[in-house]
Amino acid sequence: MTASRNVILELRNVSASYDAISVLHDVNITVHGGEVVALLGPNGAGKSTVLKIASALLRPTQGSIRVANHDLTGAPASELARLGVCTIPEGRGIFPNLSVYENLQMAVKKGLTISVIEERAFARFPMLAERRSQLAGTLSGGQQQMLSLARGLATDPVLLMLDEMSMGLAPLVVADLYEQVQTIAAEGVSVLVVEQFARTVLGIADTAVLMSHGRVRFAGNASEVDEATLSGAYLGTQETLN
Amino acid sequence: MQQLVAYTVIGLTTGAIYALASSGLVVTYVTSGVFNIAHGAIGMIAAFSYWQVRFDWGWPAPIALVAILGILCPTLGLAIDRVALRGLAQATEVTRLTATVALMAAFIGTAAWIWPPENRQPFRGFFDGNNVNIFGVNVGWNKIIALIAAIIVALGLRVLLYGTRLGIQMRAVVDDRNLAELNGARPSRIASASWALGASLAGLAGILLAAEVQLNIVPLTLLVINAYAAAIFGRLKSLPLTFIGAMALGLTEAYLLWGQGESWFPKTVSGFSTSGLRQATPTIFLFILLLLLPQAKLRAGAARLRERSVIPQWNTAILGAVVLVVSSIAVTGMLTRSNTIYLVQALIMALAVVSLVPLTGYAGLVSLAPLTFAGIGAVLMSKMPGDGNVLSLIAVVAIVALIGALIALPALRLEGIYLALATGAFALLVSILVFNQGKIFSNGVAEVPPLRIPGVDLSQPRPKAIFLSIAFAIVGLGLVALRRSSLGRRLVAMKDSPLAGATLGMNLVRTKVLAFAISAAIASLAGALDAGKVAPDNYVFDRSLPILLLAIVGGIGSIGGAFFGGMLLGSNAVLASIVPSLSKVTQVMPGLIGLSMGRNPNGASHQVATAFRPVTQHPQSLVIALGGVGALWLLTFLDIISNWGFFAALVVWGLGIVPNLPALANTTGRPRMLCLSIAAAGIGLASFFDDVFDAAPTGGRLLAVIILFVAVGNAIRRVHTPAKPTNKSSPDLVGLVAFTAEELSKSDRDIKVVL
Amino acid sequence: MTALLEVRSVAVRFGGVMALSGVNLDVQEGTITGLIGPNGAGKTTLFNVICGIRQPTSGVILFDDKEINRIPTQKRSSLGIGRTFQRLELFTTLSVFDNVLVAAELAGVDNPHEVAKEQLLLLGLSNLASTIAGELPTGSARLLEVARALAGHPRLLLLDEPASGLDDAETQQLAQLLRRLKSLSITVLLVEHDMSLIMSVCDQIHVLNLGSVIASGTTDQIQHNPDVIDAYLGAAR
Ligand SMILES: Nc1ncnc2c1ncn2[C@@H]1O[C@H](COP(=O)(O)OP(=O)(O)OP(=O)(O)O)[C@@H](O)[C@H]1O
Ligand SMILES: Nc1ncnc2c1ncn2[C@@H]1O[C@H](COP(=O)(O)OP(=O)(O)O)[C@@H](O)[C@H]1O
Ligand SMILES: [Mg+2]
Ligand SMILES: [Mg+2]
Repeated sequence: MTASRNVILELRNVSASYDAISVLHDVNITVHGGEVVALLGPNGAGKSTVLKIASALLRPTQGSIRVANHDLTGAPASELARLGVCTIPEGRGIFPNLSVYENLQMAVKKGLTISVIEERAFARFPMLAERRSQLAGTLSGGQQQMLSLARGLATDPVLLMLDEMSMGLAPLVVADLYEQVQTIAAEGVSVLVVEQFARTVLGIADTAVLMSHGRVRFAGNASEVDEATLSGAYLGTQETLN
Repeated sequence: MQQLVAYTVIGLTTGAIYALASSGLVVTYVTSGVFNIAHGAIGMIAAFSYWQVRFDWGWPAPIALVAILGILCPTLGLAIDRVALRGLAQATEVTRLTATVALMAAFIGTAAWIWPPENRQPFRGFFDGNNVNIFGVNVGWNKIIALIAAIIVALGLRVLLYGTRLGIQMRAVVDDRNLAELNGARPSRIASASWALGASLAGLAGILLAAEVQLNIVPLTLLVINAYAAAIFGRLKSLPLTFIGAMALGLTEAYLLWGQGESWFPKTVSGFSTSGLRQATPTIFLFILLLLLPQAKLRAGAARLRERSVIPQWNTAILGAVVLVVSSIAVTGMLTRSNTIYLVQALIMALAVVSLVPLTGYAGLVSLAPLTFAGIGAVLMSKMPGDGNVLSLIAVVAIVALIGALIALPALRLEGIYLALATGAFALLVSILVFNQGKIFSNGVAEVPPLRIPGVDLSQPRPKAIFLSIAFAIVGLGLVALRRSSLGRRLVAMKDSPLAGATLGMNLVRTKVLAFAISAAIASLAGALDAGKVAPDNYVFDRSLPILLLAIVGGIGSIGGAFFGGMLLGSNAVLASIVPSLSKVTQVMPGLIGLSMGRNPNGASHQVATAFRPVTQHPQSLVIALGGVGALWLLTFLDIISNWGFFAALVVWGLGIVPNLPALANTTGRPRMLCLSIAAAGIGLASFFDDVFDAAPTGGRLLAVIILFVAVGNAIRRVHTPAKPTNKSSPDLVGLVAFTAEELSKSDRDIKVVL
Repeated sequence: MTALLEVRSVAVRFGGVMALSGVNLDVQEGTITGLIGPNGAGKTTLFNVICGIRQPTSGVILFDDKEINRIPTQKRSSLGIGRTFQRLELFTTLSVFDNVLVAAELAGVDNPHEVAKEQLLLLGLSNLASTIAGELPTGSARLLEVARALAGHPRLLLLDEPASGLDDAETQQLAQLLRRLKSLSITVLLVEHDMSLIMSVCDQIHVLNLGSVIASGTTDQIQHNPDVIDAYLGAAR
């Protein structure tokens, strides 16, 4: 681990539910400064829910969220965003009726002008530059995902949370993205990635958290995760069912 | 030439006011995603308030302006956002549109209550009496101010929406509230800001307009139709186009006014009078524009709905039908003749409301014209030979269904809000151009013959009420059958994703036409079965709005909800008859009821069921609830409280307090107690001191109304208790469970998986 | 083998952008054909043209040797063209079962209830039959789209990134299903960015780049085609 060990994000004993169905049970996750944490697990395990909790879009029914050692349980999502927590949600992370340019402008914050954001975004995804004034909703699926990611990669976040970032992207782009994530982490940004391609993500992660059925099954050094642990987390769920 | 200039100036200045109103509408739509039907009503309230402070209390104009446009209107906008719409952020466009219908109803009622027509004095424009000479035409300052204001506002808004970060954030919040928040925007503040802005613009237009047309509640409110037309011209997006549209509309009106004064202008066209033409201009304009809009593209992206469509079950449906018919037989036996007539009216309303179930509830198409179809049904029935023959009824229903289908055809090209407005324009056109013709309603009435059924005299209220409840039961069962049929599924599927429907082989045109035809046919019953003398006023456009409102309040798609809605509409008349002065409260009622929707977009039937379930499971609460009703009845019986007080108290007790009894028993929720007492006190105040209230000065009435609104609003807001999460575990890993272990291991062998 | 679908010089223009320019490709009957290419290459646009949601600026689509350009969207399904959507288009307020049932009824099959049940079983969704489709987790929702498209017994099935958002187990299941479809001689045109899925199921692959076909061939040929590696695959995963 290259970066300092200060805690950036900490979820303590978090439980969460949608309406009447509880989906997270006593989840503990810690992300340190400059660390890449891979959050893995089968679909429906609750990974996206963890990210919703961590970005304050959803309130936990129990437990607390701490960002840089401040208790932010119950704070609005916009506050976390202003603190530098950048979340790229699963699926369509764009405003469809705004142009590409206006979408980028939504990411403007203190100390960061639109021209800087545009420059960085278009350097990372040249394809977007040609479509600057196109309505984002008419971009191709992958272009929309690029636009969504551009916000995270261009705004100097403290903590970057990426939900299924490679969804809909071409292999070349994905490979490139993984490199960029590593670069960003090396610059001191903490990254929490949720991905389906467990193997690939483990390659760039420092820490791995494996979830199934709303519970954390394993949390530890990414290099300690072997095939058996992985398939245990993915398939072991079946045993708990039967 | 002189006249051309004169009418052009008139046209441009009127157009300017329309431009102000319509840009406010567009801004609200773009920045909040809500098409605000109440836009005109807000302007109307602002105009009345301006009159109040400026002319009644004599404040100087600048202070009055600041007070109204700078304080009252933004506050009103804020309140609308907080109370009525916040809970609907995730609801469909239809539901949110309907919430603003509720607002409109509430505002109209409130204005009639605070400013009864007797005490109104003339409204004078700015610098009244001073004119400016433009090309030899004298133009009032009011008009010039309107023109200047319109231009400034149009330019300013354009800069705001497309050039500033706030504007972009406003539009972003409409697109995706959560994502905007993840970007650091504060959606609730932004939404409040856009409503405050929209309300101020509405207020400005209202004040300028009032100087031209004087203080009149309904005309001021409905002049917003002109704004709709202009806003549609700008496709609810483009401010410059909206501006042009408004000007074009103003000019058309002015030239028509000119033409109508000239001798060459035809007074009648094939027997139909053209006098309504100018009044109908905006509507015709709107209708034509809507038809010229390009065909709605099949758009991707089905919204996730909060509204559920529950499939009705046969056993509950049949039970409901039997209970309805039996209880109508029993109840009508006890009611007086005049009260039975009220019941008949309520049942007619219920039929009109239920006509929206297949159209809006199943197929997701909004109609603002249910009563128009009822009106056509009534007119046709009155003109049919056979004098109430069952066959003529069948013919009438068939013809109206056909008309419904025909209306649907052009409207098919439209979607969502555009479709709703097209039906609204159709309704207005029919009532202005057709129903107002002497040929149709001779001397303003038509005689609908009672249906002739051997051995039953349907001109009498009691048999009529029973017959109508049977009719409703049959329609209801028919709708249950429809929803459970393949066509019913197709209607819902079309609502959810027309794109997917089309690729699976659905003929969207046919499906939409069918939905309209079915709905029109049911609505026609509400007219054709309403035997007796009917007037065109029964079927005007603005009466269709409460129908839609109550359909949604009752729980759109739910037949029981529609019945509930119809009864509520009908009960207004009953309340008003018990204590005539109550009619003022009843005018506000639909609005207030509609606002409660903000708490539960699934509708009241769902809400009531949810609210009362805990009560039925909590014996103490049940006893207290019934005891309370008994006590109230006793108080009335002993003449300690009036009938009016009984009703008001019953409503507060039954809907406000009883659902909370179990919660009150279990929690130490002091705020809840407090707000309920305020609610009770508010309504109590308005009810017990009715006579005092009427005599009170405007300020006092204003205060009482505000207290009532705050109280009821609070009660509504707090009543809702969120369900406690249960510890149900999350759904299984679908793919893995469904396949046997053997199959899985086989697949392991022949696929190289990434893992 | 004959070509079930032939795309002949199809071009689509959006304002100044050519999303497709002169695309020619065949889909042989009974095969699983992959359609891959970088983001924005025009794959989804081509799907929209094939099922009639968008008219091509020029060019023709032949299905079963007949030109279908003038046939409206809803009639193409009865010819035997079914599809899924990259961005889900479920009937969100209907139950899972009703989603498939509506499709079967629209296709006019003899016993829609049976067909719907069959499809749910085939996709392993039967235990979710009464769930409201809008509340499904991503993986099941994708599979439901496939089930719904299959309910009309299409001859040609267009799948737009069916595995995106699926986890490994679900992707496996999908691969298995695709093979089963092939044995039922349903022709599949598959758009996907998951190369291991594409390479494990496809008989034939077309590669689109910037609106034109840059390569066609078997999985082996494509994997080793330098143009494809350059434009799309990169250092093969
Ligand atoms: N309505 C539209 N207006 C303008 N451009 C459009 C429109 N729809 C698509 N495009 C453009 O056409 C190109 C092709 O889009 P398409 O959706 O077909 O790509 P795709 O191959 O499916 O990409 P992906 O793999 O990212 O889904 C893209 O560059 C896109 O931006
Ligand atoms: N908006 C929602 N409403 C109801 N249930 C939901 C919602 N979102 C997710 N769920 C349920 O919560 C569980 C966890 O989902 P999610 O966090 O999306 O998992 P993952 O991201 O790991 O695939 C799943 O069972 C899913 O069905
Ligand atoms: Mg997820
Ligand atoms: Mg695509």
